[in-house]
Amino acid sequence: MRSAEVTAASPTRSDTLANGLKVLVHEVHTAPLVSVWCWYRVGSRDEGPGQTGVSHWVEHMNFKGTVNIPRDQMKGMVERFGGMWNGYTWIDQTTYLETAGRDALDQLLFIEAERMANGLYEPEECESERTVIISELQGGENDPDQLLDQEVTATAFRAHPYRHPTIGWLPDLRSMTRDDLYGHYRRYYVPNNATLVIAGDVEPDDVLRRVERALGNIPSGAAPPRLSIVEPPQLGERRVVVERPGTTAYLKIAWHAPAATEPDFFPMLVLDAVLAGAKGVNLWSSFRGVPPQRKSRLYTGLVERSLASSVSGALVPTAQPFVYTLSMTAMQGVDLPSLEAAALEQIEKIRTAGVTEEEVARARRQLRARFVFENDSVTNIAHQLGYFDTVTGPEFFGALRANVENVTAEQVFDVARRRLSATTRTVGWFKPLDPRAVDRERGGAER
Amino acid sequence: MTVAVPRGLSPVRTVLDEGSVLLVQETSMTPAVTINATIMAGGVYEPSSIPGLAYVTGRVLDRGTTTRTAAQIAEDLDDRGVSLRIATARHTIAVTCTCLSEDFDDVLRIVIDTIRNPVFPDGEVEKRRAETLNSLRQDEDNPAIRAVQVLFALLYGPSHPYGRPAKGTVESVERVTRADLVRYHTTRFRAPRLVLAVAGDVPASRALDRAALELGGWSGTDSEDPPLPAPPPHSSRSERTIAIQGKSQSDIAYGFIAIRRLDPRYYGYWVMNNILGQFGLGGRIADNIRERQGMAYYAYSTLDPSIGEGPLLIRAGVDPANVERAIAAIDLEAGTLGSEGPTREELAQSQQYLIGSIPRMLETNAGIASFLQSVEQFGLGLDYDRELPKHLRAVTLDEVRAAAAELLHPDRASVAVAGPPASAA
Repeated sequence: MRSAEVTAASPTRSDTLANGLKVLVHEVHTAPLVSVWCWYRVGSRDEGPGQTGVSHWVEHMNFKGTVNIPRDQMKGMVERFGGMWNGYTWIDQTTYLETAGRDALDQLLFIEAERMANGLYEPEECESERTVIISELQGGENDPDQLLDQEVTATAFRAHPYRHPTIGWLPDLRSMTRDDLYGHYRRYYVPNNATLVIAGDVEPDDVLRRVERALGNIPSGAAPPRLSIVEPPQLGERRVVVERPGTTAYLKIAWHAPAATEPDFFPMLVLDAVLAGAKGVNLWSSFRGVPPQRKSRLYTGLVERSLASSVSGALVPTAQPFVYTLSMTAMQGVDLPSLEAAALEQIEKIRTAGVTEEEVARARRQLRARFVFENDSVTNIAHQLGYFDTVTGPEFFGALRANVENVTAEQVFDVARRRLSATTRTVGWFKPLDPRAVDRERGGAER
Repeated sequence: MTVAVPRGLSPVRTVLDEGSVLLVQETSMTPAVTINATIMAGGVYEPSSIPGLAYVTGRVLDRGTTTRTAAQIAEDLDDRGVSLRIATARHTIAVTCTCLSEDFDDVLRIVIDTIRNPVFPDGEVEKRRAETLNSLRQDEDNPAIRAVQVLFALLYGPSHPYGRPAKGTVESVERVTRADLVRYHTTRFRAPRLVLAVAGDVPASRALDRAALELGGWSGTDSEDPPLPAPPPHSSRSERTIAIQGKSQSDIAYGFIAIRRLDPRYYGYWVMNNILGQFGLGGRIADNIRERQGMAYYAYSTLDPSIGEGPLLIRAGVDPANVERAIAAIDLEAGTLGSEGPTREELAQSQQYLIGSIPRMLETNAGIASFLQSVEQFGLGLDYDRELPKHLRAVTLDEVRAAAAELLHPDRASVAVAGPPASAA
């Protein structure tokens, strides 16, 4: 039996330690590697006013030394086994990973145990990391598309904390203190709020013994609070225009998306494939390469008509309703009102006439292929197991394929009619200002 | 249960009568196959009067053949969940994709068809040229891309093809005609210039048979490529600043011309670069700029040896107010490694890391196919995955010290910085 089929069809070993730590183990024996991921059920949606970006900053701090791993010894611990390591934070989750030779397993578990229980948060390290994160934010701002995405998301939400960027707002990054970071860390980094995933050239019973030894003694904590805020219905179209010096115009249109566990999610996934081509169904794989999209509605309607140079759609499984966003890069000489009108014409076509059986069949085939392609490494297999367990609940992953197969053209038509309406959309424009005109204006002001 | 496969690669290699090389590696991780068709037709072979010709050729390659329209190709690939990636580099144009094993025969046929028989329809040339112009204008607004473009121009100058902008310029791309593309394809897309690497869940014998069938009868004549000119010497430092309005961060690109891939000093240089700007978060460079000074989210170096002398690049993105401090930190780290060399511990750590990372590099079909392309391009041998650890283990402290001493002279560095103008910072 192939490992790809194992991932989808045969059970991953799932256990919970006495301290509440959930452990998922999946055997893949095609390479002498092991991938370890530790997932925490905390993300930027758990941040209150003045604290935006704290989850992500905490993630950074968790690479800066622990009681038993001085910072200068952290470097090299994974590399010794030929390994790579990283971490990421998004709206629902924070995660840490290492993939290395299988002999590294005990070392990797030791690192995750230290990270969970013994972070140091030295004040000078917190300060040094503050400017690193501000630099990360500034790098993102250099990209007009990313800047517009941030503004559109912030405009689409009035109440829900999904509205602020995961990296945080700059004033909060300037004002947060070491105690804010440490308090957040201690609240959420407890074994009963985590899932540990191990995939690779391992044997489950042996892995569990090692996990118990490394992390079984970490005491559980109070169940961390999670903000529960429901976004009120949107009553009318919202618009945001970002004007900055630049060379290219960008357009985004966002609608409120279903949470991954809502019945509308899978028809929306097929709708997105019809509009812009099927991506992988998780955060990491969703932006890996250009999807097969040349027969998609937006590609044929906008790129082939030389109105846009690129189009994309983003529907990512999230715990609560996030946004479904279409993004377009305008061709030179095409103004934003014309591009917007052409994009909305494509949307209205689907809302009035639906999609064809052929389009639904193509979307299903594309998604089926993606489910196979996503299982190309122990790192990607472990990522999916942890992502879905943390964000959507454990049943979601196993039912992915069947849920896609069951989507009908009628369901896609229905979801387009209900969800892609004019009154619930947020439209964002990035209008480039001619840098020469800005220069002249600046010169005038200085004089 | 799962089945263990033998460790290490065992690729099969065949040279067709027409001269194309086929390499196949069977794997069993997923029921999928990666196809990587790489042709020696990258930017260095385009006429210097039309920079960007190879890039535009790549953009139009899969937009219609003698037997398939662009719409048919789009439908055949979209229906199978496949997207072709066509990447134009200095020496190569690579057409790559991953498909389900069950679709291998059909997808291979399309890939080979786009390489052998493109017709470059007028309407498609027009559209993809316009998209290239759009992309060039986007690049003008991207400080990271601008800094690297300008650095390459500083390093290689106007007479070496590595100094040319890969996508061309607005002016040159506007001039590209269908006749240019047809001519370039006729001269550069020849059977002996193609290496087809296939990695995945397909029997090697079948993959070879199918590839031989699709490539059979393709014209086999080829001419020698003219040798690359020697890169210009650098006896002093050169710096350039590019102002881009409306940006929050400045991007620094700092570099030297290093070595050819087949230079015997290659492994010493590789380990040296790992110590300088790779190991851990980004070697000594990131230790200083990110970890100690908190100035940058990204700071690292890359070594890119090629058929000709490729560069060693050091990159960092910093607050505009910190540009001078960051460049001083790079000067310090490059200068210190150049004058003092690495420690024994650094050498051992980097060797252990690089050797240990080989299984990760060869875990995926895409990784294997790309590895096999390098093996073929540089004649490294079919057992190179097993030879590579020996080469890395044999690197001595003296070799790394010599590599650093030869290359890392801040007084001869080229430095490009792109970001907000000083008055806006």
